[in-house]
Amino acid sequence: MPPPCFRVLVGVKRVVDYAVKVRITPDHSGVDTANLKTSMNPFCELAVEAAVQLRERLGPERVPEIVAASVGPTACQETLRTALAMGVDRAVLVNTDAAPVSDSKAGSALQPEPLDVARTLAALQSRLQSNLILLGKQAIDDDSNQTGQLLAGILNWSQGTFLSKIEAEKEQDLLQVDREVDEGIERLRLRLPSVLTCDLRLNKPRYITLPNLMRAKTKPIETLSTSDLGVALRTYWQIVRVDEPPARRQVTMLKTVDELVAKLQQLGVLDRA
Amino acid sequence: MLTQFLLHRVRSVLDKPTLGPVRTFGGGNRSTSPVDVLRTTLTFGQFGLFRRPHNTGTKFIRELQGNYAKLTEKDIATLVELARSAEPQPPPTTPATAATVSITSPDQLRSYNTDWTGEFHGNASLCLRPSTVAGVASILAYCHERNLAVTPQGGNTGLVGGSVPVFDEIILSLSRMNRILEFDEEHSTITVEAGVTLGRAEQHCRERGFCFPLDLGAKDSCQIGGNLSTNAGGSRYVRYGSLHGTVLGLEAVLADGTILDLGVGRKVRKDNTGYDLKHLFIGAEGTLGIITKATLSCSPAPTGTQVALAGLPGPFEQVRWWLREARRSLNAHLCAFEFMDNDAMTLLRAHGDGFGVPLQGSHAFYVLIECGTAADTEHRALSPLETYLDAMTRADPRVDVIMAQDLSQSAHLWGLRESLPELVRRSGPSILKYDLSLPLPSFYGTVEAVRERLRQHKLDARTFSWGHVADGNLHLNVSSEHPRDMLRSTLEPWLYDVVQQHGGSGSAEHGIGVLKTRLLERGKRPEVLQLMRRFKALLDPKGILNPYKMVDAGDAGCRRP
Repeated sequence: MPPPCFRVLVGVKRVVDYAVKVRITPDHSGVDTANLKTSMNPFCELAVEAAVQLRERLGPERVPEIVAASVGPTACQETLRTALAMGVDRAVLVNTDAAPVSDSKAGSALQPEPLDVARTLAALQSRLQSNLILLGKQAIDDDSNQTGQLLAGILNWSQGTFLSKIEAEKEQDLLQVDREVDEGIERLRLRLPSVLTCDLRLNKPRYITLPNLMRAKTKPIETLSTSDLGVALRTYWQIVRVDEPPARRQVTMLKTVDELVAKLQQLGVLDRA
Repeated sequence: MLTQFLLHRVRSVLDKPTLGPVRTFGGGNRSTSPVDVLRTTLTFGQFGLFRRPHNTGTKFIRELQGNYAKLTEKDIATLVELARSAEPQPPPTTPATAATVSITSPDQLRSYNTDWTGEFHGNASLCLRPSTVAGVASILAYCHERNLAVTPQGGNTGLVGGSVPVFDEIILSLSRMNRILEFDEEHSTITVEAGVTLGRAEQHCRERGFCFPLDLGAKDSCQIGGNLSTNAGGSRYVRYGSLHGTVLGLEAVLADGTILDLGVGRKVRKDNTGYDLKHLFIGAEGTLGIITKATLSCSPAPTGTQVALAGLPGPFEQVRWWLREARRSLNAHLCAFEFMDNDAMTLLRAHGDGFGVPLQGSHAFYVLIECGTAADTEHRALSPLETYLDAMTRADPRVDVIMAQDLSQSAHLWGLRESLPELVRRSGPSILKYDLSLPLPSFYGTVEAVRERLRQHKLDARTFSWGHVADGNLHLNVSSEHPRDMLRSTLEPWLYDVVQQHGGSGSAEHGIGVLKTRLLERGKRPEVLQLMRRFKALLDPKGILNPYKMVDAGDAGCRRP
């Protein structure tokens, strides 16, 4: 029996670039994203890199196709181009520009929420018949850390989240993964089909070479709408208010234990002896 | 070894064509006969031989300390009071104290007395830090009257020892004059005080969608006053042009305390009424006046920029061709075009420390290009940089190019280029840095000539070269185990003569300071140098501003008591 194939689907999200300093809108309803540089979510870059490295390690017979998908406005095409330039074969954009959003109120998130993204990816999976879905562990704009887990739940697949290592066992449809958890590293064995979310120590995403960039301009990007996939977008949460974190209080460096004791007494934490 | 060192010194003196009697500030002449050199070497040179000279003053054995007044306790008290009383009334939080406006403790003064390279050490016992132009003016007026020498200082990031005292000159720091006074969006101008750091000014402009017309690696420490006084170039010179073009006005204080308003704060750009005196102060390195405010012209920020790093197999003509084509096809979008050679790249790879160099393989030259993107490029269309790179790589498929995909990757690629000065510093015990301007046909040939000369003199050394090739600016660094003086006497003044023959400049952007005064003596025509000295004598007759640097005023009718 031939060794099982990995039909990989990678989800990528277009976010405000990690290095940009963002500001809160004057009415505290959200973050001002107008005219800011956008790029691929850094954790999604890790997922794309993981998919490409998987093929480099196992060979194209075992990883016949890697598809990148994004759920968002038309501008997400630039993010998908980056994924294509990194080595993905083709891309799908689920365009939300024209999608009707029910219950939209002022202050609601303007982008599809994790549950809807998970539903969309699940619908896409059934079209593509993928058996391995790679995502970043969270997006740097909403930090939800939900999509991967919700998706695994919807599909009823095994999941490995916060991964710092992925290894495919030879000749089997098993994956050995390391998860970064509070207590340290947890090692799991997962049977395909599986949803994996990627964390920082997994790999270092490659720089794109010019030939790959040029090739990516010719690779196809298929556009679908949410209704094509039978998903209706909804708003589940409402953002009440956005504030900057409180200013950091001054840090004093103490040199001796005596100083520490005196300081704690001064603050009323320790009783004066 | 002592004999060898002395013989070497004698040889180096004899090798040089006679410059005539060496000028000193004291008015005396010092001969360059070998006996005298030996005598002075024995007196002062032993410091250099056995340990690093503590004080720049002892290092520069050809100069005598000028006969300025000695700083007394009464002087210190008066100056501190002048600075303190010039603080803004009513004060912002608490009234200014002597401690706010002055520094007298040797410990605290150490960082003010030492320059960034660590080569130059001054001996100032007082640093004044006024925050108003009135303070600067009253301090200078007093010093002028008392004949006290003053060294203006900004961020102290200069590379030629121009920002620290040579002896015990009073340091006048502009760091507290750090307000951003105005940003006019319609006229796209920004007015700042001299102590504003470049990083702050840049951020202020960026937040409003504009670009400050200067970019340096030292941007978080260097200050605008110092940038203007040294006519800083930087990595985006190819886009912004010279400060002589982008400064619309400035305010400066002369040696006698006169405040000159040369158009600071004005919005109009064209004014042909009289001589445009502000240009005298830009690049004068604080020797003609202290700049206290400036108005600069900003440009709208591009929608986005792309950064690419390309490895070229060479020869250098290929880099020149890439530059020509970049200018032609990228035009106004081109923000930066930097180069580095294989040796510099090897340095990056070796001293790694977490630097991943994303290009595989070895190439003769590397080019870092930054280019603006047009607004709303449709995702299928190629950006200007991509079109250019596509064409260039089709012409030579051996070229490897990578393109940064987000700001972190762009910052990383720039980080590679900007970390070179620091890495070179760590690469060997003796480092010589040359900042040369050369016409492009003789650009890399000069590096090869330097290598050849070191080989001929059997000096084992490595060269690392990089620079703003779009401006013809080469940063040539020589690193060796041999003592610096030995390297220096082999390469100088030969290298400067070579550069001059090619019609270039021995100091493209770093300036003269105290390190390269010889360039002026050798490089400038006598009538030109004479005229420069007359300007110095006119604006600073007592020679109290940043003495011993730049143009020596000894000869041109300057009289001091």
